[in-house]
Amino acid sequence: MLLISCPYCGDRPEIEFTYGGQAHLVRPADPSALDDQQWAEYLYMRTNTKGVHAERWRHARGCGRFFNALRDTTTDRFAATYKIGAARPDPAASEPTPGTAR
Amino acid sequence: MSVWRTPGGGRIDRTQRRKFRFDGRDYQGVAGDTLASALLANGVHLVGRSFKYHRPRGLLSAGAEEPNGLVTVRRDAARVTPNLRATQVELYEGLDALSQNRWPSLQFDVGRINDWLSPLFPAGFYYKTFMWPKGAWKSLYEPVIRRAAGLGVAPTEPDPDRYAQCYAHCDVLVAGGGAAGLAAALAAADEGARVILCDEQNEFGGALLSDPQATINGAGGQAWVDQALAELSANPRVTLLARTTAFGYFPHNLLGLNERLTDHLSAPPAGRARERLWQVRARSVVLATGAIERPVVFPGNDRPGILLAGAARTFLNRYGVRVGTRAVLVTAGDDAYQAALDLHAAGVSIAAVADLRPQAEGALPTAARRAGIEVLTSATVLGTLGGLRVNEIVLGELDGTGGVRRKRTVRCDAVLMSGGYTPSVHLFSQSRGKLAWNEPLQAFLPDRSAERERSVGACRGIYDLAGVIDDGFAAGAEAASGRSGRRRSVSAHSAGGDGSAFLGAVPLAGASSDKSFVDWQHDVTVKDLLLATREGFRSIEHVKRFTTTGMATDQGKTSNLNALSIVAGALEVPIPQVGLTSFRMPYTPTTFGSFAGASRGDLFDPVRKTPMHDWAATEGAVFEDVGLWKRARYFPRGGEGMHEAVARECLAVRSACGIFDASTLGKIEVVGADAAEFLNRLYVNNWSNLAVGRCRYGILCREDGFVYDDGVVARLAPDRFHVTTTTGGAARVLAMMEDYRQTEWPELAVWLASTTEQWAVIAVQGPKSRDLLQGLVEDIDIGAAALPHMSVAHGRICGVPGMVMRVSFSGELGFEVNVPADYGLGVWRAIHARGEKDITPYGTETMHVLRAEKGYIIVGQDTDGTVTPDDAGLAWAIGKSKADFVGKRSLQRASMHAPMRKQLVGLKSRDGRTILEEGAQVAEIPGQKPPMRLIGHVSSSYYSACLAHPIALALVAGGRARMGTTLYVPMPGGDIEVEVVPPVFYDPSGARIHA
Ligand SMILES: [Zn+2]
Repeated sequence: MLLISCPYCGDRPEIEFTYGGQAHLVRPADPSALDDQQWAEYLYMRTNTKGVHAERWRHARGCGRFFNALRDTTTDRFAATYKIGAARPDPAASEPTPGTAR
Repeated sequence: MSVWRTPGGGRIDRTQRRKFRFDGRDYQGVAGDTLASALLANGVHLVGRSFKYHRPRGLLSAGAEEPNGLVTVRRDAARVTPNLRATQVELYEGLDALSQNRWPSLQFDVGRINDWLSPLFPAGFYYKTFMWPKGAWKSLYEPVIRRAAGLGVAPTEPDPDRYAQCYAHCDVLVAGGGAAGLAAALAAADEGARVILCDEQNEFGGALLSDPQATINGAGGQAWVDQALAELSANPRVTLLARTTAFGYFPHNLLGLNERLTDHLSAPPAGRARERLWQVRARSVVLATGAIERPVVFPGNDRPGILLAGAARTFLNRYGVRVGTRAVLVTAGDDAYQAALDLHAAGVSIAAVADLRPQAEGALPTAARRAGIEVLTSATVLGTLGGLRVNEIVLGELDGTGGVRRKRTVRCDAVLMSGGYTPSVHLFSQSRGKLAWNEPLQAFLPDRSAERERSVGACRGIYDLAGVIDDGFAAGAEAASGRSGRRRSVSAHSAGGDGSAFLGAVPLAGASSDKSFVDWQHDVTVKDLLLATREGFRSIEHVKRFTTTGMATDQGKTSNLNALSIVAGALEVPIPQVGLTSFRMPYTPTTFGSFAGASRGDLFDPVRKTPMHDWAATEGAVFEDVGLWKRARYFPRGGEGMHEAVARECLAVRSACGIFDASTLGKIEVVGADAAEFLNRLYVNNWSNLAVGRCRYGILCREDGFVYDDGVVARLAPDRFHVTTTTGGAARVLAMMEDYRQTEWPELAVWLASTTEQWAVIAVQGPKSRDLLQGLVEDIDIGAAALPHMSVAHGRICGVPGMVMRVSFSGELGFEVNVPADYGLGVWRAIHARGEKDITPYGTETMHVLRAEKGYIIVGQDTDGTVTPDDAGLAWAIGKSKADFVGKRSLQRASMHAPMRKQLVGLKSRDGRTILEEGAQVAEIPGQKPPMRLIGHVSSSYYSACLAHPIALALVAGGRARMGTTLYVPMPGGDIEVEVVPPVFYDPSGARIHA
């Protein structure tokens, strides 16, 4: 079970959260101005990142807030969690110390 | 005491006799025994039959890796635990154990015929042979294979025991309480860390418990263990958990521990939990999981009496049991000589040591020769003999040219074997750490960590005692403080530690007609593995599945490395290139009970009950589960079945009045200056023009344009809406609303609150409903003019503050009385009492029929995630003037308006009698054979008592253009002719609703 740091509450077990998919997708201000292709891109196309992925989580069984996280999809390691509206942080700057390789 | 029991020494108490039963025969052991050691002390080596060939099998090991000695322990009819390793079952007075996988008896097993027929049962046999004919699989092959292949039998009664669960946090979790783990725990505790130390055995000490030669700081190893435990148990920041297996390593340093609390007790105290599941989140983890000795792969290596050298030493030194009277050691390293020396000193004659190496000149082989033990080098094993117990071993000397000379047969009743050690990297690997092949040690060792953990001691290839303890001290301190630096040190010495290894089959193993086993538990032989490579399998993952090697409950603890080596040899590639299979949790089998904990029976899932639940139960309602809710489905009277009850309830609502518990409806209060704007953006409807005091049927789509939920929305104030949702959709609708509110439109002044459980909702429906409520409401005018259809008013009902909504899901004049939940039952009783003979309680089944007669959809039944509002005939609800709402852009796509989309229609059986099956398919052309061309499906179907014929709703391609035409519902008995009709069967003008 992952340990996820809610920006409002701190470290909590994964069971308190729901996953919200890729982050930083902004709903177009005027969807009618988009052609079908552009709308499909917004609606369906996702990055399927291998590596550090910006994604949404909701502390559903806690404070109820949505927030964003940078998670490495190959290791499940969280580089950062941050509030909705904040810019995506630089993952390298906040990489936590991994276990010591021996 | 038996001849097999030594007169003194070990961790047992010879004065405390323990009676036990094995396969119905009575035996005696002593306190401190395992079932395995007690059986050996009674001269019993035969403990099981093998999985596939039903060959007689004895104990191979003394620990968790045991592949053969699987037993069922039975306390009573309900307390029956199968597949326990006899080596881990602690003996108690009255223990009752059964061997498994044999029929009719352990000594005479009919399945043994599989062994003699084994040319017919090669690897992959199941995959290849039982393919055809198709029907035979279910009726013939599977039942026979299942009976033949069973590993134990599951108990037939519910488990009466209690299982506890707990959560814990610590700075350092140490998994494994041998020398390395104890040292790590001591050093971590020195740093002030909160430490949890667990070990699967009944006492801490690991290999030191079996090693009287070990010395630490000039004293015996056991003295050091005792001192360490005294120190650790005196420290309040240290938790010691014996009989506790760290079975799983989950992400972010969460470890699952299974603590066995009562299995070792003769009479467990009543009410005491049998096991405790620990979920430990550790800041840092130290893995001190040790290493497992490897068997040697030679022909006939599975006869009872043939076991690991270290196991023989453990049985002798820890349990005071000799495994035989005359033993032969088969080894490729120095360590195992200590076992021969120990047994020799205990009076077991060592007939020979067969060393596969050309030379054996280390200290231990020298000591063995000095003790008069014959040491044969360049030796190999050509076979063994014996029925239910080994009685001879055939040895030979390799002549250096691929042949063998000086072949000789040695009489013996025990064979000790040692191919070196396999580090237990299971937990490390579960943590997703990367292993690396260590050529000198011939082992995979922890390399790159994925989690904050460290491996120490034998599980990372350090085998000498001083090195192990040093490693533990260093890692424990580092894990606790993040700094290296050592405050403790010891001088220590024990036998062995040379780390020599032998992998794979002995030379000339293939020349024998007898089988050379690699995986004891799944009966996989060298031949099977070679066959797999000949069949073209290259990856160990594929070889594993083809041969099933390593796939038994022991997960190949004793077999994986030998299998890998044999496959690598056959493919002529280095071992790392063949790959290593994944280690999965649990490390050893773990009871379902401990995972379930208290989540069983009534506590399996939460149950949601409405305020009026008990009333309905008293009235004899039959309930159905809707999500977690219990809902009254119908109220049978006399001997009524469901159909009679529902028919009566439907007619009562249509002719007089019915009362229905609608409290489970989801309710969300949407409040704020921008509440109307918020709902405008979400729902397809226009909310700006909804007057205060009025209600509107709302539809919520997903962004892809498909119907997600529906419900009546009431405007209570300019800035306050009461939104109802489907019973099952309440949580997901609120989550969707929160998503848009928080992430897309944070600028809107709007707040959301679930009020589902705050309101009790009493639906009073039927032509007499107004008259009935008239006298119960104060300060609310529920007259037709003041409270028209789709409106809401606040006031007092039976003296209780609440609101009355004039809404109808039945098609009749109707009201939904909303009162605070705590008053629900009282108000319900008052309304019901006032109704006297004119009021009939009805349940969800009648509600469904009534709404279907009116063509009202149920989201999730008449829609399936591909249905647009227009498909469901609800395009009228869409606010045409709105520039945008969730789903609007998707609904503009051309395909969303294609004429052949599936549309909601009504269906009437042409014969006027047949009730269609929900989910049945609809065809345009009759008499088709599969594959048929199908154009839709039935989504709702009932008998309408009021209309006196069956009705159905269906989604049919281009359905609205097919009115009046005939379609066909193909069923096993033939096509059912149906007429396409509008979905509103009853009162199409709506006159009754507006009464
Ligand atoms: Zn939170």
